[in-house]
Amino acid sequence: MMQAYAWGAIVGIALTSTLGDVLLSRAMKQVGDVGQLWDSHGLWTVVGRVLRNPNFLLGVLAMTAAFYTLLLGLSWSDVSLIAPASASLTFVFNAVAAKLFLHERVDHRRWLAALCVAGGVVLLAA
Amino acid sequence: MTFRKYLVLAGVMFCAAIGDSLLSRGMKQVGGVSLDHLPKVILAVLNPSVALGILLLLGFFASYMTALSWADLTFVLPATSLGYVVLTLIAKFYLHETVSTTRWIGILLISAGVGFVTQGPELTHHPAKHAPKEECVAVPAGEKP
Repeated sequence: MMQAYAWGAIVGIALTSTLGDVLLSRAMKQVGDVGQLWDSHGLWTVVGRVLRNPNFLLGVLAMTAAFYTLLLGLSWSDVSLIAPASASLTFVFNAVAAKLFLHERVDHRRWLAALCVAGGVVLLAA
Repeated sequence: MTFRKYLVLAGVMFCAAIGDSLLSRGMKQVGGVSLDHLPKVILAVLNPSVALGILLLLGFFASYMTALSWADLTFVLPATSLGYVVLTLIAKFYLHETVSTTRWIGILLISAGVGFVTQGPELTHHPAKHAPKEECVAVPAGEKP
């Protein structure tokens, strides 16, 4: 039963993390290169621009949901299963979401990587 | 890729791995949380290991956001995948968890798979191309804008 709970938590973490990742990535692309912005305008400008971005706030909300799902998952199973499995599944979901919502060019190399990661997840669950 | 960018990626990798390990140790100390006692998971942040884990995850978050400002999401995630190997080493030697051969092979496969991605460009989508263009107002000849 605990194993079923653990896998439920893993899928929950992956879905909420993907939503958070996509929103945060969109927010940071809107903010611009943090290194260059820091050098030219200072730290507080960077912090201000990030905190005022609605996508950032929604992304943090999704990440918070992912975090508490992670805590639940860690109380049900080993970290060496929960953390890599959820992160790997997140990677596969992210490849799809990045192509659909962020318009990133996910080429054959990145899809191949996604398949390898999916295979790794299956082995982790074995 | 500059040295500073590699440092940011290393920050993402190590902060996530060590932070997750501390969370794991803390949650083992807190004990199993049943769905009937969900508030217990919120109070878990008072555990020192969980609190330190959260601090490291904040470091992870700052590094991660910085990396996302100059690289694709599908580049940043795999580029930091060596964190899984670090995490497994910590789980094995520090948390004394049992890590089977199959799990080791799975983690190696994940690392190998994501290694493909790091050979490609860090940014494939240029937001500037999709950003809304500034409105241009035609100014008749002879008039000042």
